[in-house]
Amino acid sequence: MSSVVVVGAGPAGLAAAAAAARAGRDVLLIDAESRRGGQYHRQDLLDTTERFPLPPGVEHLAETVVWAVEPGRRLHLLTGPADGPGRRRRTVDAAALVIAPGAHDRVLPFPGWTLPGVYTAGAAQAMAKGQRVAVGRRVLVAGTGPFLLPVARAVLGAGAEVAAVLEANRPRWHTEPRGLAAGLAKAPELLGYLRTLAKHRVPYRTRTAVIAAHGADRLESVTTARLDERWRVRPGTERELEVDALCVGHGFTPRLELAVAAGCALSGGFVSVDPAQRTSVPGVYAAGEVTGIGGADLAAAEGAVAGLAAAGAPVPPRLLRRVRSLRRFAAALDRVHPVGDGWREWLTDDTLICRCEEVPYRALRAAAPGARALRLTSRAGLGLCQGRTCGAAVADLCGLPGDAFARRPIAAPVRLGELIDEENE
Amino acid sequence: MRVELDGEWVTAVPGQTVAGLLLARGRVSWRTTRAGGAPRGVFCGIGVCHDCLVVVNGVPDVRACQRLLADGDRVRCQDGAELPS
Repeated sequence: MSSVVVVGAGPAGLAAAAAAARAGRDVLLIDAESRRGGQYHRQDLLDTTERFPLPPGVEHLAETVVWAVEPGRRLHLLTGPADGPGRRRRTVDAAALVIAPGAHDRVLPFPGWTLPGVYTAGAAQAMAKGQRVAVGRRVLVAGTGPFLLPVARAVLGAGAEVAAVLEANRPRWHTEPRGLAAGLAKAPELLGYLRTLAKHRVPYRTRTAVIAAHGADRLESVTTARLDERWRVRPGTERELEVDALCVGHGFTPRLELAVAAGCALSGGFVSVDPAQRTSVPGVYAAGEVTGIGGADLAAAEGAVAGLAAAGAPVPPRLLRRVRSLRRFAAALDRVHPVGDGWREWLTDDTLICRCEEVPYRALRAAAPGARALRLTSRAGLGLCQGRTCGAAVADLCGLPGDAFARRPIAAPVRLGELIDEENE
Repeated sequence: MRVELDGEWVTAVPGQTVAGLLLARGRVSWRTTRAGGAPRGVFCGIGVCHDCLVVVNGVPDVRACQRLLADGDRVRCQDGAELPS
């Protein structure tokens, strides 16, 4: 029986591991990447300087996927270079489990979004931070949310030109005085991004979106348009823009499959937790974006709470107050960056909704109702990504709950050869 | 490090992923889809979407954005659904 097992070495997982170790427990920290940090604090893989040294008592299992979780906090792991073959198989029973796998970009489908050269906002950042490459020479950043700003800066930092940053909303901050006050500490960071955009003369436009991407076998240009409050195109505002890369993000999708497999209750599309980050399953805690999208600071604060609670140590009230305050800010951010339902009007019959199985909007509309029947008759969500990319959009378009695609008993692809015990061959 | 990309031996550096090397060399796509034969490359860049698949050392369905290159690796484009060779 291992002591405290933490899944995910991003802001939440690192904080949880450190807190549990400081409370005197042995910690096993599991992460799919080769280096700690997660997405927001992604380390430069070409530089071996370690920004996140491990506290004593923490063992880090890098390049390790949790491909299944059984009730009773039993984890099935595969360790080795992605995606095998020949990864080392291991089973771990956790005395306490902290689930902190984070989130990934949500991207709404639009005509041409499957063309090479169209990236998620997170991909552009990961490639710039982790691999020192810009995803294009002339790059457009579009979507909604404050994350677009660090993405634009990362792309500039990797040496590319940023044609513009297009924000589909016009954030109504004056409607959120309390949330804004809770996030005042982030103001210098925001100003830093805006200064960088100004220095490079990057236009920042609100109520503007990319509604189509064009190209033969790669991205060559996009159509942008001005939007109304619900994200419907204002007729006559369409413009063509030549770019060789487009980075899009419309918020984030929590990575729920491990929590669902562990039996944790969800609420509103996220893992339900109490103030000590306890889930509905005894001994299982959750922290970071799986409990609500809130950014790295909130994730780290939640992680510290979860780590202490998982270690059986008291949680200082000051830390709980910090979590509450950061949650107020996150909720306000979320409310001023809604996803307008007008994006459905950007779709054509031929627009692919499920990228893996190449399911067009037409086929989705013709599919049988209900989550399971819809998957089986259209194949949407049945490909290699298991609906991680299209699930939120399919659910929206077909009137299903947002977490309709969150159940994935096999949480990561496994090669059958990797499941065979050598002694039984 | 030396690695083979579609038959050509090129230099890579430790810590570089397959996708990092391909993008640095100006490539945007290195896979075709099973049904439509459409080109694909990196989309999510963090191992979620499975769009950036390549064949590494004869093994298909390896995510280029997640796979760190090792000296002597042989990488090639993936054409639809492939079986290990």
